[in-house]
Amino acid sequence: MDLLPFFQWCYSTPVGEGIRNSSWLFPVFEAFHLLGLGITAGSVLVVDLRLLGLGLRKQPAAQLAADVQPWLMGAVVVMFATGIPLFLSEAIKCFYSFAFWVKMTSLFLVLIFAFTVRRRVIWQDIASKQPTLARITAAISLCLWFGVAWGGRWIGFS
Amino acid sequence: MSFLAFFQQLGETEWSVALHESEIAYSIIESLHVWFMCLFFGLTSMFDLRLLGWTMRGVPVSEVIRRLQPWTILGFVMMVVTGTLLVYAIPVRSYQNIFFRTKMLLLLLAGINVFIFHSRVFPGVAKWDADAVPPKAARIAGGLSLALWMIIIFSGRMIAYNWFDCDRQPQWAIVNFLTSCTPTE
Repeated sequence: MDLLPFFQWCYSTPVGEGIRNSSWLFPVFEAFHLLGLGITAGSVLVVDLRLLGLGLRKQPAAQLAADVQPWLMGAVVVMFATGIPLFLSEAIKCFYSFAFWVKMTSLFLVLIFAFTVRRRVIWQDIASKQPTLARITAAISLCLWFGVAWGGRWIGFS
Repeated sequence: MSFLAFFQQLGETEWSVALHESEIAYSIIESLHVWFMCLFFGLTSMFDLRLLGWTMRGVPVSEVIRRLQPWTILGFVMMVVTGTLLVYAIPVRSYQNIFFRTKMLLLLLAGINVFIFHSRVFPGVAKWDADAVPPKAARIAGGLSLALWMIIIFSGRMIAYNWFDCDRQPQWAIVNFLTSCTPTE
């Protein structure tokens, strides 16, 4: 399937064009995207460090996950709300960027992983029953998020 | 020696030039700076939100700090190391950058906030450790920290843009004053 026409269409949208025509819109969206990343990282880390046994330890992972859930969701919404316009403004560059595809693949995988395996590990209190399995889950989650962040930063260098 | 002369000299050192010219090294250091920001700001913001009573309300404040602080310290140290290298790679432009200056000033304020929190507020934590919503002093410290770090990250991201750079004249007099810039033409 040839995706290039779709990316060209994205590039030509009014939002994409509006951002390209402004000298400050792109940086401002970028800065909010970065803030969203920070809060996302925090709410993922609180739970994944718990699963690894390296952060908060006395509370069940399920309690911590429920506590940070609104912040995680809010931050992810901010990331999409800022990330999509940023993408539209340079969609054709993204199409040819290896880092962009690394990011999108990691993002796709991490979202699936978060709503399936990781979710189950958290809610079924696997951390106290099978600590090794919980550790592996957290490690996979962090690696995938790392791929998202690496790709994201590297899009800007290409 | 003036600050400007100091940064000019720094920029002429062999390593600074090498770092500046090495696209890959500079990019890697900048990426590391962002990742350690995630570690530092991510967990610091969770702690600030706990101080505000906005998350983990059932977890004692002292426990959040005890278990997460080693990570935030690691993150902070690595941000200082990578951040210093980034400045070292582009010394004069960083020194005269209005966002860099804003960031440094706010870092100082964030440091003062941490100092006040640890010397005046946190020592009395036993009285409110398990409170869902900590007392006002703690909430102020958490709110200030969160706001300051968010503006610091915002300013940090803006350093990359050259709207107010010294070599882009004419600028408003106030901009040149704030960036210690003497236009050459």
